[in-house]
Amino acid sequence: MKKRNWYKWLWIWPVVYFSLGFFNILFAWLGMIDFLLPLFIAVFFGNKWFCNNICGRAQLFVFLPRFFKCSRQKVAPRWMSSALFRYGFLAFFLTMFGSIIHQSIMVFNGVSSLRQTVTLLWTFQIPWRWAYVQGSGSDWSAQFSYGFYSLMLTSAIIGLIVMVFYCPRAWCSFCPMGSMTQLICKAKQKGKYPPED
Amino acid sequence: MPSPRHAQVERERCVSCGSCANECPREAISVWRGCFAIIDKARCIGCGKCARVCPADCISIVKREAAQ
Repeated sequence: MKKRNWYKWLWIWPVVYFSLGFFNILFAWLGMIDFLLPLFIAVFFGNKWFCNNICGRAQLFVFLPRFFKCSRQKVAPRWMSSALFRYGFLAFFLTMFGSIIHQSIMVFNGVSSLRQTVTLLWTFQIPWRWAYVQGSGSDWSAQFSYGFYSLMLTSAIIGLIVMVFYCPRAWCSFCPMGSMTQLICKAKQKGKYPPED
Repeated sequence: MPSPRHAQVERERCVSCGSCANECPREAISVWRGCFAIIDKARCIGCGKCARVCPADCISIVKREAAQ
């Protein structure tokens, strides 16, 4: 029997993250750990240790089907892990991230006012006013939090949907962070790989 | 006596998520420098657990003789 590592418990992290953001949106900034740590590891250590071991979301997608049998355990369609879809999705995600930064700058400059909504699946505006009292922090930071929390929640929902319909870690096949860190790792190797067996 | 089958990774399609490595009961599969999964064929017993969890469907179980 294989030893279960401590990081198998990290499924708790996304649960804590989304709970904290429900009460105070400024906690959304903590999500930057999930954004920067994999990049840091990929750039400086040249591996995907984050994805492979400590990604809380991946651990959640493994944990839920194991305990609640809520995944159909089917093979995901091949287009979902194709280079075109993966890099297309990465580009889309980065564009959305850029738009969040843009909105935050607009609020910072006073050009637009803070919108206290969480946008799910880039479409549905959910009122989320209780999570931020104006004046308790800087509005640009709250705007970034709302945007970033929306992005995190949207991607978690997509991940949960593909977890249920396909296999537990179907999300990982097109996760933008995974695609980005793999690109960095491959770039660092400059095409020098061990021989195929 | 080596097992009659072993796992094989389609490197171009591997997303290097590490699901396979976490599942392998023999620690015969690992992610090579974040690029793709590689199999230690000497350790692999061809049980197919890695292939079942692979989200990119890039692992197949092949006959040992046929691959050599």
